[in-house]
This record gives sequence, C-alpha cells and structure tokens, in this order.
Amino acid sequence: MRNTTKTVNLQPARASTRVMAAGTALEPIIMATAEKIAAEEFTAVVTEHRPRIFRFLLSLTRDVDLAETLTQECFLKAHRNWASFRGESSAMTWLMRIAINLQKDYWRNRRMQFWRQTQTHAVDLDDASEWLPSGERSAEQILLARERVGQVWKAVEKLSQRQQTVFLLRYVEEMELKEIAQATSLSEGTIKAHLSRAVEKVRAELGVKR
Amino acid sequence: MRFENKAGANSGVNECAGKAAQDVEMDEALRDFRLSVCAWSEAAISRPRAAVAMRRSRNWQLATALALGCVLIAGGVSGGIYKHLHRQLAAGWEQHPQEAPITVARAVEPDRPSAVQRNQPAREEEEDLLASVDSDVSQQVPAVMEPLAQLMAGDETRQE
Repeated sequence: MRNTTKTVNLQPARASTRVMAAGTALEPIIMATAEKIAAEEFTAVVTEHRPRIFRFLLSLTRDVDLAETLTQECFLKAHRNWASFRGESSAMTWLMRIAINLQKDYWRNRRMQFWRQTQTHAVDLDDASEWLPSGERSAEQILLARERVGQVWKAVEKLSQRQQTVFLLRYVEEMELKEIAQATSLSEGTIKAHLSRAVEKVRAELGVKR
Repeated sequence: MRFENKAGANSGVNECAGKAAQDVEMDEALRDFRLSVCAWSEAAISRPRAAVAMRRSRNWQLATALALGCVLIAGGVSGGIYKHLHRQLAAGWEQHPQEAPITVARAVEPDRPSAVQRNQPAREEEEDLLASVDSDVSQQVPAVMEPLAQLMAGDETRQE
C-alpha cells in the first residue's frame, strides 16, 4: 500500500538538447520547448505531491492555515530550485526535505513571526483525533479507536522535534528508512534510534507493555 | 523432562501470542492514527476558501475605488472653490483698486528708477564711442579704396 514515488529528472534531457541545438537557429525553439516541458513536469509534481506535503506539515503543526502557508512556501522554493534538482533522490523526498527545513526555520524566521503569535490556531489533541473514518466499525469500536488516536497524538506531542519528524514520516507518510534519511539528512542508524525511542514512548502512552 | 519441555514450549507460545496481540494493538493504533491524519488533511485541503478570498479582494477593490473617487471629488470641489474665490477677489479689486495688493507695488514704483533709466548714460557713452571709431576707420581708407569711398560719399550726399 506504500505510495510509489516517481523520480523526475529533466537535467540530462535539457543538457542534451542544448548541446544539439547550440549555435543553430533551432536553439531558441528547443529551449522554449524544454522550458515548457519542465513547467508541465513541475505542475504534475505539484498536483501529485501537494496533498502529501500538506498532510505531513499538518500532522507536524496541527494548524491548517500554517500547514497551507508552509506548503505554498515549499512549492515556491521547489519551483525556484527546480533547475538544480538533479534527481539523486525522488521528487517526493526532495520536497519533504524542503518542507522539513521550512518547518525548522518557521520558529526562527522573521517572516513567520505572525504565526508564532497565533500559535493558538493549532487544533487541540481531542479535536485532531475526531477525524476518523467510521468504515464498517461499530460505535464502540470507533470510540475506542478515537481514544487510541488521541493517546498517540499525546505521545507525539511529547516527542522531540526530530523524533516527531521521523515518527510521522515513518508511520503517517509510510516512507522507507532510506528515504527518511535522505529527507532529514540523518544517517539510517540515527533514524532507527529516534524511531525506536518514539515508538517506545507511544507504547508507554497507549499502555502497551513489551 | 518431557512435561517440563512442554510447559516451556507452552509458555513460549503464550509469550509469542501476547507479543503478537500487543503488536496488533500497536499496529491498530498507528493505523487509526494514520487514517485520522489522512481524513483530517483531506477535509482541510478540500475545504472551500476561494469564495472568501474573492470577496476579500473585491472588498479591497471597492475600498480603493471609493477612496480614489473621494480624492478626485475633493480635488475637483476644492479647485472649483479656489477659482470662484479668486474671481470674486479679482472683481472686488477691479471695483476698489486701492484694496488690491498690487496698489502697494504701484505706490512704491515711482520712487525707484527703472533698469532702462539706470542704464541710459552707459548706453549713450557706448554709442558715442562706436560713432568715433566708425569715423576714424572711415578716415583711414587705403588709397586703393579711395574712388569707392568717394562714390559712397557722393551717394550719401545725394540721399541727403
């Protein structure tokens, strides 16, 4: 059920067209076509990954407006640096990396001071756990599930910033350890350690003993 | 010995079953947590907000247009009033020239010599100097030009 991410890399194509068309009358036309293709590719990337980036930022901030703002900032930054994206990682991992950095900067950034003052916009843990599709469950099961979700939220709130990021990337975004390592610029060993501590804390909150 | 082994095996099975149950509980909690976040983000991302943004932008446009209109109207009215007052004052000064501010200037004017009057002696001196230079030059006509000079002198006498 994991989402497969496509690797989008336009650099080699662009470079080859430039070499082929260099010094010819076709150069401007080919350049324009390449730019058009790049714009279309970027639009496709935005359409495909925006919900995931927004979801990750929402889970990290619990603030819908802030998550939207950070998502916009993320794609603006990605658009500015789209030419420098070399496809070494998947587009999703690259975007996640931008989103994580933006979220880190959000406390320090002067432009975001407004959001600092309106931290009260963050939804309460009880409200956050209200969102649960009923499916084919009984009312009792739904109530139990909501209670459990609320406990997970409580545990997540107590985690450190880094543990939160790693936990949410693993269990909400269902990313592989390698991808998380690429997105957070941490080693896989560090990711495992953070994840293990985070899971232990969630277990403790849930009252599940090992 | 066998019994002990069986008992040990049973306890191992129970332990495994317990762990599996715990893991199931943990997995269920994490799965519900993920579902909850997904449902929340989907609801948040698809909430209608375009209409609010449009209304806000329209309000801003209306406010700007209103402010600009007010500025234009105020400018037009104040310009008209200024012109009207200026005309009234001008008409009043025509009827009563002694009240006009320009009469002060007129009263002071005769005491001061004008620029033309002040420069009059210097101009006369300059004209005299030029006339004397002309006459000197005309007297020093070379011998070759003498017939032409006589002719010109003859013309001047005829004209007189």
